[in-house]
Amino acid sequence: MVLKEQQRKEEESFRERLLGFFGHSIFQFISTFFGSVVAVVLALMAIVLVSGSFPVLQRFGLSFFTGVNWNPVIGKEAFGALPYILGTLVTSAIAIAIGVPISLGIAIFLAEMSPWKIRGPISQLIELLAAVPSVIYGLWGLFVFRFWIRDWIETPLSTYFGSIPILKGTPFGLDVLTAGLILAIMIIPTVSSISREVMMAVPASQREAAYSLGATRWETVRIGVLNYSRSGIFGAAILGLGRAVGETMAVTMVIGNAIGPAALPTSLLKAGQTLSSLIANEFNEADPTSLHPAALIGLGLILFMFALLINVFAQLLVWKVLKVKGGSVE
Amino acid sequence: MMPPSSKARRYKDRIAFGLCVVCIAIAVVPLVSILVEVVANGAPALSTEFLTSPPGVIGEAGGGVGNAIQGTLILMGLSSAIGVPVGVLAGIYLAEFGNNKLGHSLRFLNDVLAEFPSIVVGILAYSIIVATTNIGFSIGPLSIRFTTGLGSFSTIAGAIALSIIMLPVVTRTTEESIKLVPATIRDAAAALGIRKWRATVSVVLSTARGGVVTGVLLAVARITGETAPLILTVLGSNLFFTGLTHPVDALPLRIWRLALLPYDYAREQGWGAALVLIIIVLTLNVTVRLVTRGRYSMVRSRI
Repeated sequence: MVLKEQQRKEEESFRERLLGFFGHSIFQFISTFFGSVVAVVLALMAIVLVSGSFPVLQRFGLSFFTGVNWNPVIGKEAFGALPYILGTLVTSAIAIAIGVPISLGIAIFLAEMSPWKIRGPISQLIELLAAVPSVIYGLWGLFVFRFWIRDWIETPLSTYFGSIPILKGTPFGLDVLTAGLILAIMIIPTVSSISREVMMAVPASQREAAYSLGATRWETVRIGVLNYSRSGIFGAAILGLGRAVGETMAVTMVIGNAIGPAALPTSLLKAGQTLSSLIANEFNEADPTSLHPAALIGLGLILFMFALLINVFAQLLVWKVLKVKGGSVE
Repeated sequence: MMPPSSKARRYKDRIAFGLCVVCIAIAVVPLVSILVEVVANGAPALSTEFLTSPPGVIGEAGGGVGNAIQGTLILMGLSSAIGVPVGVLAGIYLAEFGNNKLGHSLRFLNDVLAEFPSIVVGILAYSIIVATTNIGFSIGPLSIRFTTGLGSFSTIAGAIALSIIMLPVVTRTTEESIKLVPATIRDAAAALGIRKWRATVSVVLSTARGGVVTGVLLAVARITGETAPLILTVLGSNLFFTGLTHPVDALPLRIWRLALLPYDYAREQGWGAALVLIIIVLTLNVTVRLVTRGRYSMVRSRI
């Protein structure tokens, strides 16, 4: 009887151990499987973009990247992505040139200068800027912001500096400059919150050393903090560039949507087009039997390569810096 | 004694401070303007008819965005149903088993995908679910042919695109929240003889649940406003929801289409739809931020 009881117990504990062992393995397997989904998604993206744009790449070859004409009519097809590549680069460059200094000012204020009491509310407000959907930025850009830019910036610029080639054109408000400026606003929350994190990761001893040498608050920031966090801030700016390059709706609604050679961004006061805005504008009108969808997916492929390059670079920079902080990122 | 240049240096300090305050103002002005304009222009459009009925004939006033509101709610629900479980499990993987080469690479890819242009995600969902692709190959005498894709713009394609956008956010916040759980809680579970995987699911995850919920809600708020991927997947429609494999309308899409129509009523309806959308998105955001004030800042800072 006792023996039987013991045998039963042993069996049970064996079963339990088996279940425990397999339970853990099964759990590890399932979570590894779902953890790998992200890799599958990125791989599928690459496959789909290359195979989807293959007909166009095959027919036009490298001239798809260097051509300027765009004509989806069957029989007269011409697909050149250059104006949209340049449009994306120029609008993003404006966004970085305007948005990054402003974000840095915000980050310096929040990390180093602001009184404790207002730090929380102000950073919450800046974070809310990131919560506004991009289509609402577009709506606001189309009906409000556009007129600010036209009346306060573009009209004076074209009156006084209209002879400079990059400022030629009629101030209309729906152009490359407006698109770049709206992007500048949209990247502020990203760039400022990451630079702030990077600055706060700077060891206090840096600041103490600067103060003990008699530096003022600004000198402390410049010598002790900015110098130390340079590469992280650079990473934050590059992440902002990534956001600007991929942003679609707000740009689509304010850039004026030019096509073909007219879309080459030769002047700030001229309607333009970016890679993503052209995809958004034309995708639903594209005839599935023509080369048009393939050409638009080709634009997506270019965008994919830009985004991959920018993000990998930026992540490497930001990671390197935040690792210093310890604990948060392994 | 301060050095002779101290006055100039003090002024420089003041100027730097002033410039930083100006930067804050430059960022806050657009936010305030957006909120004021959306409320001022959108409020007159709101009415029971506007909130409940589908769009009328183009060019004539009347109709509303009822179907777009319904579509947006359906898309939010469906994409959460797909994105949250996958994201939470992926986060558990990174936190519990991710301390190796595969884990580091996946964490890196996750951060890359989080910042990816959403329209590219739309192209992915379009190519796999909306467009039909004939795949055919033969191995010896065996010939395999099949077609992928539904051949039509559909609700499910939109939900999958949005869940892909949601995935990296949920994954990251889950991982970060789990890492914040003190080791003593794990030890306590182990001391009670609970198996490691059971402890992860019922003890660690439930301790981390605040952070996970915060991340999920912010991710939902983010996808609610996404427009670009919807152009390539759900297309938009004038009807109420007709099925998972048919096109559906969504608020952001409707705002875009209304903004491009050259009629006064369309502009007013566009602002009205924007007001409804911003109420949904900001309610989610503000509630989460107020409830979690000061906590989970790690989780929030990069969304």
